[in-house]
Amino acid sequence: MPLSTQSQTDDAQYILVASLDNARNISNILKAITFKDHAIFSATPNGLKVTVEDSKCLQANAFIQADIFQEFTIKEDSVGFQVNLTVLLDCLTIFGGSTVPGVSTALRMCYMGYGYPLTLFLEEGGVVTVCKINTQEPEEPIDFDFCSSNVTNKVILQSESLKEAFSELDMTSEVLQITMSPNQPYFRLSTFGNSGNAHYDYPKDSDMMELFQCTKTQINRYKMSLLKSSTKALALSCKVSVRTDSRGFLSLQYLVRNNDGQICFVEYYCCPDEEVGDD
Amino acid sequence: MAVERLEEGLTFNPSPILLQDQSQVRAGGVVTTISKLTKTCVLRLTPDNLYFVLSGKVDNGGVGMWCELSQAKFFDEFQLEGVSAEANEICLELAPDNLSRALKTAQNAKTVKIKLTKKHCPCLTIAAELPTMSSASRVVTHDIPVDVIPKRLWNDFKEPSMPDFDVSIYMPPLKIMKNVVDRMKNLSNFLVIEANMNGEMNLKIETDLVSVATHFRDLGNPPWAGGDGSQAGANSQRDPEAMVQARVDVRKLQQFLMGQQFNPSKAMCNIVQNTIIHLILLYEDVSLQYFIPAVA
Repeated sequence: MPLSTQSQTDDAQYILVASLDNARNISNILKAITFKDHAIFSATPNGLKVTVEDSKCLQANAFIQADIFQEFTIKEDSVGFQVNLTVLLDCLTIFGGSTVPGVSTALRMCYMGYGYPLTLFLEEGGVVTVCKINTQEPEEPIDFDFCSSNVTNKVILQSESLKEAFSELDMTSEVLQITMSPNQPYFRLSTFGNSGNAHYDYPKDSDMMELFQCTKTQINRYKMSLLKSSTKALALSCKVSVRTDSRGFLSLQYLVRNNDGQICFVEYYCCPDEEVGDD
Repeated sequence: MAVERLEEGLTFNPSPILLQDQSQVRAGGVVTTISKLTKTCVLRLTPDNLYFVLSGKVDNGGVGMWCELSQAKFFDEFQLEGVSAEANEICLELAPDNLSRALKTAQNAKTVKIKLTKKHCPCLTIAAELPTMSSASRVVTHDIPVDVIPKRLWNDFKEPSMPDFDVSIYMPPLKIMKNVVDRMKNLSNFLVIEANMNGEMNLKIETDLVSVATHFRDLGNPPWAGGDGSQAGANSQRDPEAMVQARVDVRKLQQFLMGQQFNPSKAMCNIVQNTIIHLILLYEDVSLQYFIPAVA
């Protein structure tokens, strides 16, 4: 049945309805954070936040604002549930993953509340697919307690520069070390792998460096396996902000432009690797 | 030509079969499709047609295939001397992938000759005359080992009869169906395919985690559905909106869809409720039928 007749009968029962003319505007972002099976969905009148966590040390959040959607209706202050993200992505891309110019999948995502499945109506070329995905009670996302006032060092880079480094990272290194300093080397990524040590330096006056605010020299190490999960988000983004706080916690914020040129954000929080202390 | 005696009194007459100009490309396409459907199959050669056959036994997972090519549309010369005058055909078991690769080499050939030969074992020999920079040509030969199927087993490879279907419907564009089935395979091992006489087809999966239903509309039903004498009795009582369904192993349906490289001129699906689905693809010079048994 076409998506429009659905709305007349069931709309009253849904506490959340979100529609997109192009499902890719949500599936691309979700693909970037699919490093674990489960995701916590949190919707407010501002929009949708999708959270994925890994071993209590890494957290990714994708923010899709309400105005990205063609329709975004929410009947409560906050709606939350947990779903299997890989299943959700298979459903969002049910008509295929590749892009054919001029053809897009329309999406209507509906939720009736606690205990009900997440219902997706997808339509492409007159063919309609209805998916009902079971939901679970949402876990409480970890609060990394990262606040702007506690930020020690911050840089904003054009993603282009980091993409190359991240694609070449020596995966035999257990950690990725990030050095941020008001002095040389300013911003450095280091790995310590089987073939030796590698350093990627980004001087503060480089073209790629849009903002450089480092107050104190900090050298922190993060588990490579955790940070590698951020590579897809980096690939989608045009800009990235890298911040560390006094505890050495890392915040990466990616600015992503979707197919229609609208802006979404993906942010990652990561704890420093415990074996090495701060400088 | 020398005649050689093989087991069970079956003789080989190594007559050449000459492929028409460029028909080796189309033949190659058909064989490549078949090679994606199955690792081995039977090739039946009769004076009028070639058939690629899978017999639908348990060891194929119950899947059956019948692909028919009219020899006149592919070959300039076709000389066949079968087992006897009454049984003027040859039945060989082979790996279609071997044949597909040989025909790929032969794509640009000026001529392609196919012969039955006996090397260290019975072989289908493909000799392709390829152009070179000079006036001389070079010949590339492929020897494809085959197993000769004795006449007493030929019954296993007869043309399947059209099942007494409960519904017959034209298929949706195969590309769309393939994309959907590819995703459904990630979600479930089994898929329900259902259709009615109103041109509607649904593909459905259901597991503990998720249920997905894709609805195709306005597909149309072939004229024989309800028109044919034997079927009309059953179908005329049936409500055109009533769905007929069969539950199949999703990988078997996916495998069928994966092999389709070309757009058929007609694609149809017959369903016998809870028993079997019968897929028919008609191309300009080839017809392909595929049977997938239903599971409980």
